[in-house]
Amino acid sequence: MAAKQREISVSEFFSKNRHLLGFDNPSKALLTTVREAVDNSLDACEEAGILPDLLVEIHRLAEDRFRVVVQDNGPGIVRQQIPKIFGRLLYGSKFHSLKQSRGQQGIGISAAGMYGVLTTGKPFVVISRTGKGRPAHHVELVMNTKKNQPDILRDEETAWEPEHGTRIEITLQGIYKKGRHSVDGYLRQIAIANPHARIAYRSPDPEDDLTVFERVADELPPEPLEIKPHPHGVELGMLLKMLKETTYRDVFTFLQKEFSRVSPRVAGELLAEAAIPVRARSAQIEAHAAERLHQALGKVKIMAPPTNCISPIGEDLLLRALQQEVRADFYATVTRPPSVYRGNPFQVEVGIAYGGDLSSEDLVTLYRYANRVPLQYQQSSCAITKAVLNVDWKSYQIAQSRGALPSGPAVLIVHVASVWVPFTSESKEAVAHYPEILKEIRLALQEAGRRVSLHIGRTRRDREEGKKRTYIQKYIPHIGAALQEILKLSDPERDKTVAVLIDVLERSRSGGE
Amino acid sequence: MKKGSGVSDEVNRRNRRTDQQTVDLLTATARDIHTRILARRKPDLKFPVRTLANVSYSERKGYLEIGRAKKVRTLSVNTVKTFAQTLRMMSLSKSLIETNDFATKRDAYYQSKNWGEVMFHEQPESDTVMDDIEALFSVHSINREQLRFIPDEHGGAVAGELVVLDPDLETGRLERIDCTRFGSGAYSIPSSVEQLSFETKASFVLAIETGGMFQRLQNHKFWKSANCILVSMGGVPTRATRRFIRRLADEMKIPVYAFVDCDPYGISNIYRTLKVGSGNAAHINQFFCVPQARFLGVTPQDIVDYKLPTHPLKEVDVKRAKDAIKNDPFFQQHKTWQKSMEQLLKMGVRAEQQALARWGLNYVIDEYLPAKLKARDRFLP
Repeated sequence: MAAKQREISVSEFFSKNRHLLGFDNPSKALLTTVREAVDNSLDACEEAGILPDLLVEIHRLAEDRFRVVVQDNGPGIVRQQIPKIFGRLLYGSKFHSLKQSRGQQGIGISAAGMYGVLTTGKPFVVISRTGKGRPAHHVELVMNTKKNQPDILRDEETAWEPEHGTRIEITLQGIYKKGRHSVDGYLRQIAIANPHARIAYRSPDPEDDLTVFERVADELPPEPLEIKPHPHGVELGMLLKMLKETTYRDVFTFLQKEFSRVSPRVAGELLAEAAIPVRARSAQIEAHAAERLHQALGKVKIMAPPTNCISPIGEDLLLRALQQEVRADFYATVTRPPSVYRGNPFQVEVGIAYGGDLSSEDLVTLYRYANRVPLQYQQSSCAITKAVLNVDWKSYQIAQSRGALPSGPAVLIVHVASVWVPFTSESKEAVAHYPEILKEIRLALQEAGRRVSLHIGRTRRDREEGKKRTYIQKYIPHIGAALQEILKLSDPERDKTVAVLIDVLERSRSGGE
Repeated sequence: MKKGSGVSDEVNRRNRRTDQQTVDLLTATARDIHTRILARRKPDLKFPVRTLANVSYSERKGYLEIGRAKKVRTLSVNTVKTFAQTLRMMSLSKSLIETNDFATKRDAYYQSKNWGEVMFHEQPESDTVMDDIEALFSVHSINREQLRFIPDEHGGAVAGELVVLDPDLETGRLERIDCTRFGSGAYSIPSSVEQLSFETKASFVLAIETGGMFQRLQNHKFWKSANCILVSMGGVPTRATRRFIRRLADEMKIPVYAFVDCDPYGISNIYRTLKVGSGNAAHINQFFCVPQARFLGVTPQDIVDYKLPTHPLKEVDVKRAKDAIKNDPFFQQHKTWQKSMEQLLKMGVRAEQQALARWGLNYVIDEYLPAKLKARDRFLP
């Protein structure tokens, strides 16, 4: 009975919740597919310590039919794992781990493959090779939603040039568009937040050249550390599950080993608060006691979780990436020290590019990121947007209408990195409004704003300085001419007057008038 | 003829003297700037502050007077353009005097089109600079008309026992204009009256608010029987009208009586402006007000005495009257005026000059004015 329910729920889950997964319309489906594949590739490369080198291709097969190809130079996937990783929903290692990573639910790439099969009937193609001297495997799958398992249509060794890596091909129904919410825009944003990645992109438009986003950093970001959950961030359901699955027999040890920042003393206090005997066995904690323990977790004073588990882009790399991808006059980047919301460490980064070729008529362009992944939809419900709106940009000499994004020649980047980014929904498009997160974003924006404001003030002064210089050269001869007329000066007298006056004014100006 | 040429010489001499003073002052101002520059100091110009805070009523002089507060405009990078324009404008003034010509504000604006980079692009810009120069020289008792910048609007109409002596711009020959000889028409006061001189045996000037009343008095030659000069102000008098009456009163030493509607506008705007000037342009009041003026009528008491037909005071009238009593230094100076204004407010009505026609069209000539003129000590201040 339970098994049957599960089978139904998986296929229904997908068809009924397309919008949650980012497949609610054809143009978004194309983008989501690319996103999921690119996220997976970047994560795979980084985990294996390889500088990512990605190729993204979109081929137009018909007006509304495309083949998406994403190839990486990652570690490859062993043959046995291929059907599991790409053929089953909710298969993955990320769901229970508290570690900064791009994907969190492991639902993405298989959902993309499923969407392709559902809309075109074409199989999901995977080619992968794990290293020199090993064969490359070519596998074609269709998802069997009834069994929540893939049916393998083709499985053979093949000749493939790269030493290691993975290539996936998904044929799907979609619409290709240019602009901000497009694949092109997404890849540009990905390049900014991942300065260590090189990405080549071939758009379906035959007019376009191959676009290459070169890497600006030759080092991988430090690998994020995995941490145990902090007691303040654990929900009751999670606690029950952990109690059930733990290998530590007594609850006193369980608390110390499965959570971060729980010392024997803290564990004792927690159990005393929850009125649970220290020797109680983990698996036998009944529901009421667990609830009391959960309440105690929130009450007892516990040291904040370690924050060295976050891997920000960094002020320097973000700056260089911005300089490469956005043409502007001035750049500023700010990486805040790590902070904590509900027991989860997080860190905020802000970058701003100002002036240059950017349009000064429009609202500033806001790029939102969570764990280096661009967020492209639901801008208005995102905590990042709210924080940007709440900053008084006018005090940084940037125009802003009431309740609107600031306007001016600027690109604004906000990155929230965390072991667990709180999203408002499963499609992971908007960051939830935690006060701690809002505050950190605000502080980072203000710091960046101050630096931009200095720059704006400086350019304005330079411009006025130039204007003053021309003023002097332009208008003083007229003072000379008028004095000549009234006082009947000779031409040499007039010229002398003009020369002296220019000198006097230039001096007073450089003397800091 | 011999006598005429003697007068002519005298008038021309006087006018040349004034012009010379003006040129001297222009030159002195320019020389001061020039000297400072050669001494490697930044030149400046000092303008009287033209805000109400710098205006007070002088009881001794009898008009609203500009105070001593000065605003200094130092030549700096930010002021260099305006500074150049001001000097250009002063130079224009000097050449106007030297060629015995004049320019209106509009003329001056177009003249600036020869100034290259410092030309004015809109007339308000040149007007501002001209206002500045007017203020600058008002300190030295030289007015804008003497700088040969004249207003666009001319003055009111004049009739009666007066000869105006007006030198011809081209030949310098003196024109004698006899204001008794315009029939039912009248002499029209020119935009600038500085060059005029007068001959008269009249015993007073009657300054009249409306053209209609002026026409009645002129057609019936009231000036003959009353031995006076009639001036039509046509509402609030223009600069030229005010300056004309002022010079007439000063030089011929004759009193001025105002004959206006009995309402807050006639009293606090027309009469008050004629007599003590305005607060907004206090720096020019010294030239344009007529402190000798006294108020013949129509007074609030006249409404009662002559049982005049009235209209109710409008809201704006009431506001104007209350404002005058409360804030206007002129009314605060004169208890009698406060009482009269309060009387008017209490009655809640107003009456026009022409309301006297209720007793017959020429009642004003036959009865009202003669009766009033018999008791001049009862005129309001």
